[in-house]
Amino acid sequence: MDLFEYQGKQLFARFAIPVSPGEAVTDVDAAVAAADRIGYPVVVKAQVQVGGRGKAGGIKLAADAAECRTYATNILGMDIKGHTVNVVWIEHASDIAHEYYASFTLDRAAKQYFGMLSAEGGVEIETVAEENPDAIAKIHIDPVDGLTAAQCRDWVVAAQLDASVTDAAVDVLVALYRFYVEGDCDLAEINPLIVTPDGRVHALDAKVSLDNNAEFRHADWADYELTQERDVREQAAYEAGLQYVGLDGSVGIIANGAGLAMSTLDVVNQAGGTAANFLDVGGGADAKKFVSALTIIDNDPRVRSIFINIFGGITRGAEVANGIVTAIGQIDLKSPIVIRLDGTNAEEGRKILEPHLGDTLQMAPTMLDAARKAVELATR
Amino acid sequence: MSIFVDETTKVVYQGLTGSQGRYYGLLNREYGTQVVAGTNPKKAGTDIEGIPVFASVADAVQATGATASCIFIPAPGVRDAVMEAAEGGVTFVAVITEGVPAHDEAWFYNKLRRDFPQVRLLGPNCPGIISPGKCNIGITAGHITKEAVPGAKNVGIVSRSGTLTYQALYELKAQNIGVTTCVGIGGDPVPGTSFIDCLRAFEADPETHAVMMIGEIGGSAEEEAAEFIAASMTKPVSAYIAGQTAPAGKKMGHAGAIVSGGKGTAAAKMEALAAAGVKVGRNPTEAGELMVEIVKKL
Repeated sequence: MDLFEYQGKQLFARFAIPVSPGEAVTDVDAAVAAADRIGYPVVVKAQVQVGGRGKAGGIKLAADAAECRTYATNILGMDIKGHTVNVVWIEHASDIAHEYYASFTLDRAAKQYFGMLSAEGGVEIETVAEENPDAIAKIHIDPVDGLTAAQCRDWVVAAQLDASVTDAAVDVLVALYRFYVEGDCDLAEINPLIVTPDGRVHALDAKVSLDNNAEFRHADWADYELTQERDVREQAAYEAGLQYVGLDGSVGIIANGAGLAMSTLDVVNQAGGTAANFLDVGGGADAKKFVSALTIIDNDPRVRSIFINIFGGITRGAEVANGIVTAIGQIDLKSPIVIRLDGTNAEEGRKILEPHLGDTLQMAPTMLDAARKAVELATR
Repeated sequence: MSIFVDETTKVVYQGLTGSQGRYYGLLNREYGTQVVAGTNPKKAGTDIEGIPVFASVADAVQATGATASCIFIPAPGVRDAVMEAAEGGVTFVAVITEGVPAHDEAWFYNKLRRDFPQVRLLGPNCPGIISPGKCNIGITAGHITKEAVPGAKNVGIVSRSGTLTYQALYELKAQNIGVTTCVGIGGDPVPGTSFIDCLRAFEADPETHAVMMIGEIGGSAEEEAAEFIAASMTKPVSAYIAGQTAPAGKKMGHAGAIVSGGKGTAAAKMEALAAAGVKVGRNPTEAGELMVEIVKKL
């Protein structure tokens, strides 16, 4: 789950990572009121989960209330690369002497935590990695050992940060590491991590991604779920508890298992079509799940046909077929369905489907045949 | 032969008294697995259809000689359950549970490697492992597999996906090809057992003659496997990578199935595997057909 900058900064503050005083607001009057409280000059920052906000005009420096009003009016509602700005973050403007970069994430290959620190912040770290890889000091951290202040000190020296801010930088890194681990982050990144002319080190931006699997131990994450950027389809799927990802194609997909769902997207593509979504309906044969899955897909205006791809393992094909038949009986579908049913007890399942077959419900013997048929129906 | 588990493996089920643990524990026993015990600190002394329940893995090991554990404990308790298994004395731990926090996985993976190097961890978020005809630990449907036949050309399977694994097992059975062991390593970011661990074991197993590998987007485990195959494997390998059309930045069902920062794409994995001499199919069916061709030529 990706957070907005303001949410990341609010979490940073809780872990004693220095940030500028600021407030998140959703309308112009509130923006000006917040700026009056914070003290000018302020920065008005669009809250969207996409890079390049500054270039798009989503970050402005306001010297007084009038400017703040103008910028907040312009930025709220603005479209940045397909993301609408609903929230702006108002914070006291900072003077900048240096811009650094710091982050923690998981190195899946090493199976350890991975920290990156660089004196070249304020630009995409991928760019630094390409153009000047030596400017990034990297460390691996064994999760069992954790990260000590002494290691951080060596790390700061290796990254060639300004020697006068070593102590302050170490404090921020220790705090950021604690946040990364205790906060159950997939990614905790500060870019830029700035040094002010009077030698203070603090986070000017916050990029935080949380591990959804850890939600059970973070009651406060429920608030973040409410502000997740989801389209209508994804919101409906989230509420129904389905594993769903919205795509742009015209063939709706339902499969049992994440791997099978991914490969269903692949075969639709190989058959010359495009998938409208990824949807893993999971194990089991619950008719209710099929009802909500089919409803969400059929309500998608992009969808022209639906491909249900089931491979029976422990869950028997006959049970799944019954679930599908029940579901189809309960909803009035606009798009035709193509089913491929294979695996355990598949023949019995196909027999259950047979009396219901026709123009709106077709069956195909293999995954590839079903994909071709679904694509043909979608492009007809 | 088989890898990691066989007919001598004695398994204790952590979470046997829960609905999932009970369902699969009994199915595994029906298949022929030596299901010797369950654990539940509140129900020690009771039994589940004749399978004795103990307070801890240590007690179960002492009383039954269990050598492996299968964990069906809900995600919040998995970290403690894994350590209980290792401290209790088993040497193989399969975690079926989905939804374990990545920080917990990273922690117990490294803790085991350091303090319990003899313990092999499988998963989390995996279907388990089956050595057809000998032992089935986890949620794989036993009847869709064909036993390895001594003297015939048998295949080993290693996979990050559950359903695609079942499909592979099923297609090989339809072609009358036996499987020595099928390992589901799971779809999480820090899998206890890697592709390479399985490839190395299959390479060393005299009864396995070829290996089928099913990967998916995210991470670099397939690229690392390709390097290993090029350098150290003599047995032929076929592969399929799921998610060739997956969008970047989205988790595709599995916690570890995500293309981020341009890394972890199916294209890069397929290319690396093909360069290592692996026969790469564009879809599961094609990968299965390639495996059949390989076996026929052996």
